[in-house]
Amino acid sequence: MALKRKIAYIDLTNRTVKTASIPIELRKKFLGGRGLDMYLLYNHMEPGADALGPGNVALVSAGLLVGTLASASARIHLAGKSPLTGFIGSANCGGFFAPEMRLAGFDHLVIKGKADKPVYLWIHNGDIEIRDAGHLWGHNAQDSQTLIREELGDDDIQSLTIGVAGENLVRFSCVMTSMKNAAGRTGIGAIWGSKNLKAVAARGTMDIGIAHPEEALDYNKEIITQVTSAKVSKTMQKLGTMFIWGTTNTTGLVRVRNFQSNQIPHADDIEPESIEEEMIGTAGCFGCQVHCRGRYFIKGGPYSGTYAEGPEYTSLGAFGAEVGCTSKQTVLVGNHLVNSYGMDTLETGSMIAWAMELFEKGILTEKDTNGLDLSFGNNDAVIEAVNQIAHREGIGDILAEGPLRAAEKIGQNSIQYLIHVKGMSNLHSDERPTPALSLNIATASRGADHLRSRPAIDLYHLPEKVLRKIFGNPVPYDGPLTSDFRDYEGKPWEVIWQEMCYGAVDCLGICKYHTVFLGPNMPNFDEWSKLIYLNTGLELSPKDIWDSAERCYTLEKLFNLREGQTRDMDWLPDRYFDEPTDKGLPVVRGRSIDREKFTKMIDEYYKLHEWDKKGIPKKAKLESLGLNNEPSHQL
Amino acid sequence: MSKILVIDHEKCTGCRLCELVCSVKHERVSNPYRARIKIVKWEMAGKIIPVVCQQCEDAPCMGVCPVNALSRNAETGAVEIDYDVCIGCRMCMNACPFGAMGYDWVNSHVIKCDLCGGDPQCARFCETGAIQYVEKATLGALKQRKGAAALAEVMTKVSTAYSEAG
Repeated sequence: MALKRKIAYIDLTNRTVKTASIPIELRKKFLGGRGLDMYLLYNHMEPGADALGPGNVALVSAGLLVGTLASASARIHLAGKSPLTGFIGSANCGGFFAPEMRLAGFDHLVIKGKADKPVYLWIHNGDIEIRDAGHLWGHNAQDSQTLIREELGDDDIQSLTIGVAGENLVRFSCVMTSMKNAAGRTGIGAIWGSKNLKAVAARGTMDIGIAHPEEALDYNKEIITQVTSAKVSKTMQKLGTMFIWGTTNTTGLVRVRNFQSNQIPHADDIEPESIEEEMIGTAGCFGCQVHCRGRYFIKGGPYSGTYAEGPEYTSLGAFGAEVGCTSKQTVLVGNHLVNSYGMDTLETGSMIAWAMELFEKGILTEKDTNGLDLSFGNNDAVIEAVNQIAHREGIGDILAEGPLRAAEKIGQNSIQYLIHVKGMSNLHSDERPTPALSLNIATASRGADHLRSRPAIDLYHLPEKVLRKIFGNPVPYDGPLTSDFRDYEGKPWEVIWQEMCYGAVDCLGICKYHTVFLGPNMPNFDEWSKLIYLNTGLELSPKDIWDSAERCYTLEKLFNLREGQTRDMDWLPDRYFDEPTDKGLPVVRGRSIDREKFTKMIDEYYKLHEWDKKGIPKKAKLESLGLNNEPSHQL
Repeated sequence: MSKILVIDHEKCTGCRLCELVCSVKHERVSNPYRARIKIVKWEMAGKIIPVVCQQCEDAPCMGVCPVNALSRNAETGAVEIDYDVCIGCRMCMNACPFGAMGYDWVNSHVIKCDLCGGDPQCARFCETGAIQYVEKATLGALKQRKGAAALAEVMTKVSTAYSEAG
């Protein structure tokens, strides 16, 4: 059965491996993936541990439904204390690694200590071996996967790897698998690098039992029809997440030249349809019919002829609007480079954009950049900066430290120009016209984050009746809900609902593009309940799943509080309040966030969460979730 | 009227759902490595090729079988294995030019596509149409249309180039 997969504890310092079964009670409580990840992090890391020291833990967790007939259940979740923020480090990716790790017999890995030299883990049908990775060190994320396949003589091996950015402890380095699947945010790659852990490779042939095979097949077909009949999926099948750009830039919801405008004109070259001309097709993650990964060859320049995958929406900002560039070549090359180096495309672009604004303001000069002309729109400089960050050369060495540490090193008033929350940069989105999305980035457990709680459908002007149907299930809600994205009322609940929606699929291992993220008719708690039953036999109600997601989110909050987070960190950069938007459609032009109303929103958000005014979960809440005895050390 | 599986590797996104559903249908478990279809990839070069039985008219697997364990299902046209007769010598694996004859280590016998008795799950679940189950009578027309589309594109380019040249 899918529920028989084990957990392994790997001590890299002493080179020991222990395995254990996972109690069914914990499965029911936390499901798997991000849920058990957070349980393990809260239980296994000593409070206050150095994120880049041996006391941090590196967690690898497959979602509960990975490898089953739940559509798009290919996500592997990674965690640890973030070297970027000092709070929750947590990220997931698709590809093919998660099902392979399950086929190899494991759901969760707890990796502790530090190896005395580079190593990788080799997981194969119930066994885990710590192997020498000296020959892999220095190789990029994709070549490392190929080298492991060649070394072990098996083309079906799937690996999670770090690139040189992780080796160089770039604080926003990723863990990668396949060509471009990246557990991108919060710098998990640097945790691995600090442990001398280059890769985790898996290959397995152990059956994953399906509780009700025929019904699960039919239901999978039903879900696929539900997902692929949505217009948003049809668009994603062609353009991937790039399609979002068409709407957001047209409306005026992107940040341009760091944060100096909210719309970039004359950017035809980086429109999704323009980039589509370079595509040779799309690729899908395990079992997914949305296949949103673009596939292309770079044409011209030093990387000509290189095969790459992507780019995602994020890279259009990172190597486009944010850095004032409108060249698809820069986007395509930049995307390829961050994937090779294993570096968060979003944080990379944001750091460069910030440095460019400092350069424009004279806070950084050519003296600081060794002659690198960091003027907005300088395509060559953007690519050079990417290289310098990954290798920690020149100004790249400072930018590789992430927002707050870099601002401290550069000094003056450079911190004023950072678009970050809790030390993590924001997506290239501009939330000044959208209070709901502002609240989402201000409160998200990872920092400025569009994938923890973004109620993106708030932008769709859906009728209140439809909103009630979505946001009133599986937990009743009779407070205000409005169709106008400029409103402050009712939005805190949307953010909380979305936290639970994303939390649920992160625990199950399902991709967010199969949820009410971008399409209101996508599968939801009811469907997940049925999927869990048909595939694993576990009977969990939609509300049970919601509760698991809430446990996960609450543990993240508890972890952050334990590591010193305070209420004032649930806040936005000053520019959100002080500088109104200057472009875009009339509905978004001249907008900024109102401090007083925003404070009330946060109060309301805490109240709905049953957290106190300081953002600390109340005792009764912890008791009702069964979290009053954490850490409980059951695993 | 018999049907046949048609593979268009250009449409394959490499998601391997076909492997997953094939294994559940035939073995009642999820295990892509026990499927009758395999998506072979050169991942870092962007090459994706589905490998499955072509149900050859003059099937080498049938020809090489020393005990005549392989026969054609008159209804579906699939080449099927009679496990009561099969001696497990795996000569069919050697003979198949496509590598479409697989081996199931759990039951210690060779496995191959049996078209799921006329409702192949791989084709049922393949959203992109990379795997289709079509009437044999329309097979030629499908390829003709694809070839013609490519030719039409060339012709358009040529005529455009001529008209632009004045």
